[in-house]
Parts: sequence; structure tokens; C-alpha cells
Amino acid sequence: MSKIYPNAAAALAGLPQDGMTIMSGGFGLCGIPENLIVALRDSGAKNLTVISNNAGVDGFGLGLLLESKQTKKMISSYVGENKEFERQFLSGELELEFNPQGTLAERIRAGGAGIPGFYTKTGVGTLVADGKEHKDFDGVTYVLETALQADISLVKAWKADEEGNLIYRKTARNFNPMMATAGKITIVEVEEIVACGELDADNIHTPGIYVDRIVCGSFEKRIENRTIRAKEMA
Amino acid sequence: MAWTRDQLAARAAKELRDGFYVNLGIGIPTLVANHIPEGVKVTLQSENGMLGMGPYPFEDEIDPDLINAGKQTISELPHSSYFSSSDSFAMIRGGHINLSILGAMEVSQNGDLANWMVPGKMVKGMGGAMDLVAGVRRCVVVMDHCSKDGRSKVLKKCELPLTGVRVVDLIITDLGVFEVDKVGNAPLRLIELADGISVEEIAAKTQADFVVDLK
Repeated sequence: MSKIYPNAAAALAGLPQDGMTIMSGGFGLCGIPENLIVALRDSGAKNLTVISNNAGVDGFGLGLLLESKQTKKMISSYVGENKEFERQFLSGELELEFNPQGTLAERIRAGGAGIPGFYTKTGVGTLVADGKEHKDFDGVTYVLETALQADISLVKAWKADEEGNLIYRKTARNFNPMMATAGKITIVEVEEIVACGELDADNIHTPGIYVDRIVCGSFEKRIENRTIRAKEMA
Repeated sequence: MAWTRDQLAARAAKELRDGFYVNLGIGIPTLVANHIPEGVKVTLQSENGMLGMGPYPFEDEIDPDLINAGKQTISELPHSSYFSSSDSFAMIRGGHINLSILGAMEVSQNGDLANWMVPGKMVKGMGGAMDLVAGVRRCVVVMDHCSKDGRSKVLKKCELPLTGVRVVDLIITDLGVFEVDKVGNAPLRLIELADGISVEEIAAKTQADFVVDLK
């Protein structure tokens, strides 16, 4: 059975339903599954809980699902780049759960690894620890955080082979490897699909067992903050 | 004269030691990278998944797959490595990062830090700040001593929601430098004054208890 689909719409076909929980990889706009997000919007599924470190920008990335009012709730660590997000949140249309970034990453990792919860020092004594179980280990207080899983994980990788073994590129890796493990169904979009054997088996970042569907896309790769240095004159 | 942003960054850079792995926050802390002392090799960590962060790229080197935690385009170095967000925060939470330099809205005399939320305003989120302050071995805060309306940001007790409890080791403001007893309940120790700043001026602008121990 081939895991390869001809386009993002085909890769999502039949899967999205109202009320689902969706994970979407990326940090800012770096390493986001931009084609699968468009296909999810076009699916029309509503009341989605979206787990992603950020919420995209107006008109691009997860900002598209906000504009179309398909997102009911976001679980994120930072959402500062999006006016429509702010408007919906302040008007009460959108629920928001902030997680510290490392706690978010570990909750997703735990969800894929069969670990229902873990104790962390992060957030002890702050609002994020309110109402959660605390426990001392060697005189230090930790807070219990629980695992996260998704109905569908949308992942962006650099290259896949036909088996779904994945390699990411530079800082576009970020949340993608954990999300690939934590979805009941994981769909990956890549820049290139190669034959099995062409990727070095010692350098696979995500083994194909986590990957259900693969699509090869073209990418805008929008840059949020273009910072450069000047070449010194000779 | 109070220290400028650049002077603040230069003072914070004196906390760097040869061989350190360091995470720099957004804003003035980012400028610390411009003041690394000669002969000191530090490796900068970017919590979105990189060690060995290089300078901003030349225009023809810009790569959308290569950004820092402030979502700015950056470059890589020969010793750089990339990893996932969970690996990144494992090295932060696990105490492998020597030093974090970050900004603050308020800091208290026992080392509590508030830098992510003002009630009644749109909250953008804590990002990785709570993980960093809970996990790194030493935490240095760089900040203005007073708010724009002149109120002290160095307090007996923070008023804003906290980022971490008893996490700050050193406070560098535009007026001076304080050491923090984050384990016990000693007052702050004022160890340095910015150029032309008097102890009296600091006393007038500091709500926290402090003793003077200039070095």
C-alpha cells in the first residue's frame, strides 16, 4: 500500500471532521505544513482544537483557519504575530491555552511515546501550575503535566522516502518530529520524495512507522523577520 | 548617565565565560552577542532547535529554514547542530545550558521574575521563558530600572504574574548591578553603579531592600 498521495487535498481526503484535535508543526512560519493547512481549511471541518507553537500570521499558515473561523481552541506557547487571533480571542470567539514551550514540546513527545504525564519544574509557582498536582523530588517541587495527542498531525519535512522515513532541514525541524509521533493519523508534506535506499538509514530523523500519508508540495516559505548583515567593503 | 541599551548588553557580556553554552532572550539580550569578550568562546543556543547560532546572514545567504527564536534569519557556524524542540528543551530543563540572559518587566529581591503577562492586556504567551528560567544554571536579567511612568521595577515582591519563582541570580539595570540571594531571604546586594549614578539615586528608585557592597 503506497503512502504517497498526489496532492494535499487527496492526502487529507475523508479524514477531517468537526471537533477534531489537529497538531501542526512549525516555529513561527518556519517548517509549517503550508499546503496541508490550506487543504484542511478547504475541507471545511469546524470547531477544531489546534495544537501548534504559534498561530500563523494574518492570511498565511494557521492564520487561514482563524479567518475561516474553523479553529475553536488553540494550544500554543506564543501567539503574538496575528491581529485576527487577537480580535477573536478578545471577543471570546476563540479559546486559548498557553503552555510553556518546553512543556508543550514534552507533552507532545509524551503523547507519542505512551507516557501519560510527567513532572517538570517549569511553571511551578506561576499561573500555569494552578490546579495541577505537585510533587517533591529531592527537596525540589515539580508540577504534573499530561500528554497531548491529536486526531490528525500535519507535519513538514524536507525529504521523505517512499516508506515515509523523514529528514528535516535546519531549524525547520522544531515541533515536527514529536507531532509526527503523536497523531492517530500523521500526514507529511515534503519538498522531495525519493526512492527507498536514497536516504542514509543512519540519519533518518523520523522513522516511517509514524507516517501514514506523504505528499510532495511546493512552498512559499514566508520569512517573518528578514535580518541581514552588510558585506564589508574591501 | 544611565547605561544605554548597548552598555547594558556590554555589561551583561561580562557574565560570559569561556566554554559557556548560552541562551539569549529577545531585545537587549540579543545585543550581548555583539560584546563577547576576546578570547572567550561561547556557543549560543536558540530554543527553536539550534546550537552554534551564527550572525545574521549576508543577503545572498538568507535561508527561510534557518531562523532564531525571535524568528529572525540567522546563519550557521562550522560547529552548529540542529535538533527538535523536545531535545532543545531537554537540554534547557536538564540544566545543560550555563547561562540565560533575558529581559524582565519586574524582578523581586528573592529572584522572582515577571516578564510575560500584564493582566488586562492581550497576552502573547510565555514562549520558552518559563522553561529557561526553571532549567538553566544561571539566570541574568537585563532591564530598565524603572517603568516609563517612573515606578521601580526592582521590587520587594512582584505584582505581575510570575514567569518563575526564585530563579534570578543577577539583575543588571540601566542604573546598576545587583546580586540576588534566591535561596535565602537576604536583601539584594548592590555591587556596581552605572557611570555617574549615585547610591542615593538608586535608593530613591528602588522599592526592593538592598545593601551596598560596591566592588
